[in-house]
Amino acid sequence: MLEEIYIAGFGGQGALSTGQLLAYAGLMEGKYVSYVPFYGVEKRGGVANCGVVVSDRPVSSPIVTEPTVLVVMNNPSLEKFEHAVIPGGLILINSSLVEGKVGRMDLKVMDIPANEQAEALGNSQVANNVILGALVELTGVVAIETVAEALKKVLPEHHHKLIPVNRLALERGAALAGEWRQARES
Amino acid sequence: MSRVLMKGNEAIGEGAVQAGCRYFFGYPITPQSELTHYLAKRLPEVGGLYMQAESEVASINMVYGAAGAGARVMTSSSGPGISLMQEGISYLAGAELPCVIVNMMRGGPGLGNIAPSQSDYFQATRGGGHGDYRTITLAPNSVQEIIDMMKKAFDLADKYRNPVILMADGVMGQMMEPVDLDDEAPAPEVVSKTWAADGMKGRGHKNIINSLYVVPEELERHNRELGRKYAEIEAREVMLEEYRLDGAEVALVAFGTTSRVCRAVVERARSRGIPAGLIRPIALWPFPYDFIAAVAAGVKCFLVVEMNMGQMVEDVQMAVKGLVPVHFYGRCGGMVPAAGDVLKEVETIWRGGGEQK
Repeated sequence: MLEEIYIAGFGGQGALSTGQLLAYAGLMEGKYVSYVPFYGVEKRGGVANCGVVVSDRPVSSPIVTEPTVLVVMNNPSLEKFEHAVIPGGLILINSSLVEGKVGRMDLKVMDIPANEQAEALGNSQVANNVILGALVELTGVVAIETVAEALKKVLPEHHHKLIPVNRLALERGAALAGEWRQARES
Repeated sequence: MSRVLMKGNEAIGEGAVQAGCRYFFGYPITPQSELTHYLAKRLPEVGGLYMQAESEVASINMVYGAAGAGARVMTSSSGPGISLMQEGISYLAGAELPCVIVNMMRGGPGLGNIAPSQSDYFQATRGGGHGDYRTITLAPNSVQEIIDMMKKAFDLADKYRNPVILMADGVMGQMMEPVDLDDEAPAPEVVSKTWAADGMKGRGHKNIINSLYVVPEELERHNRELGRKYAEIEAREVMLEEYRLDGAEVALVAFGTTSRVCRAVVERARSRGIPAGLIRPIALWPFPYDFIAAVAAGVKCFLVVEMNMGQMVEDVQMAVKGLVPVHFYGRCGGMVPAAGDVLKEVETIWRGGGEQK
């Protein structure tokens, strides 16, 4: 198993914390992981991307340039990284924020209205975990339960009260992904 | 022993604490600020001192003072800050004071940017400041290696009474990887520093820390003694990692972050039937000239990959001595080479094309 995941968005959307959460979950399952962030000099609103590798074998290069999975949280990132995904790879798009469509026909593409879903759960800030739930469901890279456990490590103590809603977001994303996969296969 | 996910910058801090370093003097700069944050919190917990100085010039001179008094001491910065420290590093080398200096390289010249780079290779491996001196230069390529290397860095500094530079880049500093932390590691042995200026303590003579030699004959003697020390370091402290050099015909050479990319390139090239291998200098000075010369006798060519316009490639050329072609692939300004692009370069070279440096 080798997943090279690239998460791309603006600062403040949770792209980096989503990546860290995934890496922690991989570590907790005894897998080899790496996490490399790339961000601009701006405090908010600048580029915020990260590459996460989760593997059964030691990670050769932590630099993700040909992702197996791309998570797109804003319009510029779709244009910039769509071409880089490996043939047959997966793109997860936050369709609440991204208007563009994927041009390539050799990819699996799931649109997730993550902000609407998060608002329905009562907290728009958990949109990133709706997407992460879908990612985990579709790739099987780690178990949802492990991600939920990892929340305790990534969130500072004073935010632990937000763990239940984040867990709901993960589960919501996973359920949506399950439906999407079923619709695709039938 | 516990396994945790750690940032490279934090690993440097924890590695330093585990190596017995108790004094840090520095000034913040991206992309190494997490290191100063970490030590500001961690050093007081172990009875140490963290001080944010008013500048990099002040920091390095505080390092001079603490090192002169026999302490395990370090500072850290990135390109522009390391440039400001060069006068002090030259004084440390001249006075033969052990210390560890971390450079989390960023894009240059000038203010450049905060993105990762390897463009301070010449500065670190050729001395950097004025006068005739060398600094041992180490280049880790994983967060685990950073932790392990900090102890080695302090030990080498004490052993040779010489500044040691640990050189990485923004990727290494920000990257998170699992590390095995030895929580119950025994405190490192205190090295007896009979030369330190730490009070007479019943000694019959004064220990003086100095880099001033007014009489030319005396300075020449000092320069020759330093030269002998550097020769001993060159003979004993070469450190490298080789990967799949068995039967290799294209030998890649890379350090730090780019060596990780090149490892993936070697795997992909081999799976396409191209016999590629990788040499990773772990110490950049002393450089593995002899090892590369020996490899040159058995390969068709070299490809040096760096995040600069071509610096380590000159050391590789010196080792290869024109025996086989030495090619170069570089990205700079904060761009990190993509494995796919380096692989294309390997394929071009393998087919007999490609530009030589």
